[in-house]
Amino acid sequence: MSPSARTRLFLVDDHSLFLSGLRAELGAHLDIVGDAGDADAAIEGILATRPDVVLLDVHLPGGGGRAVLEAVLRVLPEMRFLAISVSDAAEDVISVIRAGAGGYVTKSIAPADLVAAIRTVRDGDAVFSPRLAGFVLDAFRGRLAAPFDPELDQLTTREREVLRHIARGYSYKEVAQSLHLSARTVETHVSSVLRKLQLSSRHELARWASDRRLV
Amino acid sequence: MGRSGRRSPPSQELTDIHRPAPPPASAPGGAPSHRSRAERWRHGLAFTRSADDRVLTGVAGGLGRRLGVDPLLVRGAFVLLAVAGGSGVGIYILAWLVSHDPEGAAAAPWPPPRATTRRLLALGLIVTGGLMILRDVGVWFGDTLVGPLSLALVGSALIWVRSDEDDRARWSRMGRRLPASTVEAVFAGPSSLPRIVAGALLVTGGMGIFLIAHRTFTLAGTAVLAMVVTAAGLGLILGPWIYRLAHEAAGERRERIRSEERAEMAAHLHDSVLHTLALIQRTDAPPEVVSLARRQERELRAWLNDRVEAPGAESLGAAVDGLAARVEREHAVAVDAVVVGDRPVDERLHAVVLACQEAALNAARHSGAPRISVYIEAEPEAITAYVRDQGRGFDPTAVPSDRHGIAESIRGRIQRVGGTAVVSSTPGAGTEVQLRVPVPAS
Repeated sequence: MSPSARTRLFLVDDHSLFLSGLRAELGAHLDIVGDAGDADAAIEGILATRPDVVLLDVHLPGGGGRAVLEAVLRVLPEMRFLAISVSDAAEDVISVIRAGAGGYVTKSIAPADLVAAIRTVRDGDAVFSPRLAGFVLDAFRGRLAAPFDPELDQLTTREREVLRHIARGYSYKEVAQSLHLSARTVETHVSSVLRKLQLSSRHELARWASDRRLV
Repeated sequence: MGRSGRRSPPSQELTDIHRPAPPPASAPGGAPSHRSRAERWRHGLAFTRSADDRVLTGVAGGLGRRLGVDPLLVRGAFVLLAVAGGSGVGIYILAWLVSHDPEGAAAAPWPPPRATTRRLLALGLIVTGGLMILRDVGVWFGDTLVGPLSLALVGSALIWVRSDEDDRARWSRMGRRLPASTVEAVFAGPSSLPRIVAGALLVTGGMGIFLIAHRTFTLAGTAVLAMVVTAAGLGLILGPWIYRLAHEAAGERRERIRSEERAEMAAHLHDSVLHTLALIQRTDAPPEVVSLARRQERELRAWLNDRVEAPGAESLGAAVDGLAARVEREHAVAVDAVVVGDRPVDERLHAVVLACQEAALNAARHSGAPRISVYIEAEPEAITAYVRDQGRGFDPTAVPSDRHGIAESIRGRIQRVGGTAVVSSTPGAGTEVQLRVPVPAS
């Protein structure tokens, strides 16, 4: 990444302490073009500054991160979002991904990893933490007898293999080495899984989150 | 608010589950300000009826406790006031209205659970005595009214004072299915049938006597009177039941409010405490502090997700959480545990979880990596597990013999349940232990 084309980042988080921490950590690597502490201010700020990536807190006053995703994507369908949260609960993760976020990280992520994740999302690829990969494998478990849309409702063997490696703690590069694929191919697989996660009508996906809540 | 306490749709609402609306000036003491004046007044006057010291509803017991007087004196005062002009009855009812339900009232059946024969007899004698005194004093509505009414009340009491537990349980079950099952409830069992018949006969008999005694009314008057009397009779038969239903509804409402309060508290904890713990882990705090924060976070999460379970009845998720917590407690490492699928923790799964724990402890001791990944997948045909670190690794062909022991504690454990264990490692690039235990189709 050349310094002349620094990634323009918009921060959305209602915890001022956390927000200032993020500013300090990321400011050296990325251009922070603005921040907001609630959904309305975030929508307004994002539409005004048009950043490359929005780092979006899932829990937010005024409708949560979901409201921001929906409002912004209606106007700017190409906007890239990386969701961040203290929660690692399945329903939070799956619901922001399905609303259009390009990835999900928890707030305990190391600063260097966060910078890398933001860049991955900027390049249009998906960011899968081991935990998110596990959720997806769980949600797409088993083959459907009669998939509504075979393209979207199940994972290919390769995609499953890639996700399993991510869940085991492999970075994209390590996955590529282990499966003898190019790094680009791994990214393609992961992005395709993200698309399925967002678009599949597989009823497990919808029901899954609420079921989990009861376990 | 949805149909029940649980929020149903998985989409929007789930996102906000940990933050139910922007906290409306979330002062914990904010609630009373919404109370009406009347309610505040009632609140100020109120005392709690006694659940254990009661003859009728516990008013005297509760009042006695509140005033620091022997309940017996309070009871005596009530009886005296009741006899001397009847104001005692009014005061009693008023006191009952302003008092609070005793603790656990929702579960406590009404009438009092210990409706013993002795107690009933005492009550009957007191009432009869009171009536006789009233009649003597001249505070009286006339024999033709009081006589039949007493008869009807006794009948109603007979139907509704159920002495044995079985009966009570059945009636309360019936009470939830209404109103089509009323008839069914009335003829529900042999033990209660005679009592119900006797009670109903007394009620109708009382009504009948009343009507006959007032035969002097005109025809039209009699028809109106008959309707009023029938309504009163129905009220006597069904009234206590309706009261009970209303009481149960109030109990349910209380329970719902309580669970909402719990959710709000969880949301608050989630937001503030988890944020603080996450912040600590991102700073350059000493490793012990970071490790402590990590552990607290894991415990709080388990509690928030209701994953704290009775030992012995755990799920795979809970077992793996326990594993991660143990490793993190003993070493300054983070454990990323991911579980796919679920199955009851049987001998096989137990062996896999223990072997994973052994592998993770091993990695924490020797690899030098700050983070260990544990992945367990429970499929119908097999359980697979991976424990991986990106630490210093070793050359598997040149393992010193003393490290065999550790490998055996993993390998041996897995082999005993018919599985295989493979350890792969590259110096400088970390180690991965792979476990696979097939599950025979049953």
